[in-house]
Amino acid sequence: MDFTLTEEHEALRALAAEFVDREITPNVAGWDRVERVPRELVPRLGELGFMGLTIDEADGGSGGDHLAYSLVMEELGRGDSSVRGLVSVSLGLVAKSVAAHGTPAQRERWLPGLCSGALLGCFGLTEPDTGSDAASLALRADPDGGDYLLSGSKMFITNGTWADVVLLFARTGGPGPKGITAFLVPADAPGLERTEIRGKLGLRGQPTAQLFFDEVRVGADAVLGQEGGGFSIAMSALDKGRVSVAAGSVGAARGALESALAHAGQRTQFGRPIAGFQLVQDMLADMAVETDAARLLVWRAADLVDRGLPFATEASMAKLFATETAVRAANNAMQVFGGYGYIDEYPPGKYLRDARVTTLYEGTSQIQKLIIGRALTGVSAFS
Amino acid sequence: MNIVVLVKQVPDTATERKLDPADSTVDRAASDGVINELDEYAIEEALLLKEKHGGEVTILSAGPDQATDSIRKALSMGADKAVHLNDAALHGSDALQTAYALAQALGTVEYDLVILGSESTDARTGVVGAALAEYLGLPQLTLANKVDIDGTSVRIQRQTDEGYDVVEATLPAVVSVVEKINEPRYPSFKLIMAAKKKPVAKLGAADAGIDTARVGLANATTEVVDFAAAPPRAAGTVVKDEGNGGVQIADYLAAKKFL
Ligand SMILES: Cc1cc2nc3c(=O)[nH]c(=O)nc-3n(C[C@H](O)[C@H](O)[C@H](O)COP(=O)(O)OP(=O)(O)OC[C@H]3O[C@@H](n4cnc5c(N)ncnc54)[C@H](O)[C@@H]3O)c2cc1C
Ligand SMILES: Cc1cc2nc3c(=O)[nH]c(=O)nc-3n(C[C@H](O)[C@H](O)[C@H](O)COP(=O)(O)OP(=O)(O)OC[C@H]3O[C@@H](n4cnc5c(N)ncnc54)[C@H](O)[C@@H]3O)c2cc1C
Repeated sequence: MDFTLTEEHEALRALAAEFVDREITPNVAGWDRVERVPRELVPRLGELGFMGLTIDEADGGSGGDHLAYSLVMEELGRGDSSVRGLVSVSLGLVAKSVAAHGTPAQRERWLPGLCSGALLGCFGLTEPDTGSDAASLALRADPDGGDYLLSGSKMFITNGTWADVVLLFARTGGPGPKGITAFLVPADAPGLERTEIRGKLGLRGQPTAQLFFDEVRVGADAVLGQEGGGFSIAMSALDKGRVSVAAGSVGAARGALESALAHAGQRTQFGRPIAGFQLVQDMLADMAVETDAARLLVWRAADLVDRGLPFATEASMAKLFATETAVRAANNAMQVFGGYGYIDEYPPGKYLRDARVTTLYEGTSQIQKLIIGRALTGVSAFS
Repeated sequence: MNIVVLVKQVPDTATERKLDPADSTVDRAASDGVINELDEYAIEEALLLKEKHGGEVTILSAGPDQATDSIRKALSMGADKAVHLNDAALHGSDALQTAYALAQALGTVEYDLVILGSESTDARTGVVGAALAEYLGLPQLTLANKVDIDGTSVRIQRQTDEGYDVVEATLPAVVSVVEKINEPRYPSFKLIMAAKKKPVAKLGAADAGIDTARVGLANATTEVVDFAAAPPRAAGTVVKDEGNGGVQIADYLAAKKFL
């Protein structure tokens, strides 16, 4: 077993790190205050190849494997989770699903734009009344002379107000997962309204929206995969998506640690740098160990994906541990910073606010435990 | 338009840099090697000229094995191929000897233009470009903040303290650039993957026709007699405002050529 990165992986990681240091980090606090990262970042990320990782070059992607993708997500997560999340959703959940399940026409229509950053995608699963229990979703897709009419609403949709295409999960059949179908809905379809959700604790730089569908008409060519196959498309997207969120969380934990280390080395109390106090080292050591452990879980999951082996449980383990690590690490960083950590001129506060959502979305920590528990015991606690 | 860009790997300026006490040369193992910052501007300028006029961009780097990393980075920015001059006999060569060795290595490449950074962050002699042009018998256009090519001639703006001079020469020529010239691009993932397949010719001193009696520490034309750590930074000047504080500050800035 060899944990050394190949020359190409290392060059990609270095590229992402340099981009973050030069173009993200100096702007992070400002973007957070105005609650918006610039929209132009999306094509910029596309230029670097970050919006098309793991997607075939023939489809307009930039190629590369899931380890490559994870390395970039870690660096972006270290920089700004709002930026990392734009990519996780548009590439990780939407473009990858189109690449895996799309017809040639659907791939041609959406993938080159999504991979270049000319287009942005969003993933519409959660509804006001269905979060963890996504299989109970209610948004209806009623057949209407060869077309479908979509009616209902979606909640907490990342990229929602910016997106050009919605990967939408809607009910075409009876109750439960088998009645759900995936659609690729152009965001400018008549009858689709989008409103921004304000007042988020973190991830303030990225848009999160509520989507309202009022008899939105789409053709049968908008169906992604098979009718009734939508839930499994959503779940397989989320399985891989968890690796991406986990990788981003490793980056956030590392960023928190790095900021805490720098501060601890500079801050003097009781006549010496606080880095020299055992209780401070205790926090720093916890952060370092957990960050590295989380990264190893991420790399294992990415490696399983790349080798075509089952990875869902390992992805849940990585997501559970890495996101909880990011929250703890950011909280520790705030503690190391003392009162300065509590104001937004310093990094810990934003790391903490941004990390907090990662244990909630793409399956809460409890849901990850149920997935892991089901795999361990063979008994599902969901139903 | 075939362009050769000279790229030097230098110790990262963000890390602590050291000299090897044994022979007073840069301790390259002590810190990470990166592309000399100004050379990135040279690469960018070559890529921009290539986008306009076509042709190929070749990277030429003289350095030990680890310089390969910087060559790959240059290729992943978009250069087409590279020549890596690597020979133990070159260790400790001074600026003049390096210019001689590079001139010899350039004999293995076809080019219309040579572009390099105006100085390196490690040695800061700023003479390699000029010496190289002398060895090659080519015109030298130094300190360019703008480069235009028109058929058979090259015209630059040479940055000066007061503004700029316009300097022109016929091709082939040697141009050194300053950082005002452009904003170097990042590699992209596709270019990183493509860089792996781009050809890197490895040259020893003999392959380049370098006379080893003219290079290396033992034959250097300059000698580092002694070196010492930089003294800690002196305390700043405090200007007391007794009605003329603004004037004092303006005078100070003018003396330092900031105004
Ligand atoms: C900023 C942000 C961005 C988001 N982006 C998207 C997006 O792009 N697309 C999208 O579709 N969704 C998105 N979401 C929604 C997110 O995935 C949901 O919030 C998440 O699935 C949890 O659902 P919920 O909020 O309805 O909580 P609930 O499901 O109501 O959960 C509340 C609590 O109950 C617990 N719980 C629920 N069921 C069980 C159980 N069986 N056993 C034990 N505990 C249980 C949960 O763990 C949690 O602690 C986003 C959310 C946020 C906050
Ligand atoms: C919102 C807010 C309101 C405040 N209001 C007031 C106020 O009204 N009046 C007032 O006077 N102050 C106030 N403060 C200041 C507050 O009391 C200090 O922030 C607090 O005492 C911590 O000091 P510090 O921020 O300088 O952190 P530091 O003392 O630098 O501590 C940084 C870290 O080092 C650790 N550390 C320090 N020394 C040791 C040691 N010997 N061994 C182990 N660990 C150590 C600390 O536990 C902490 O984790 C306020 C602060 C905030 C954020």
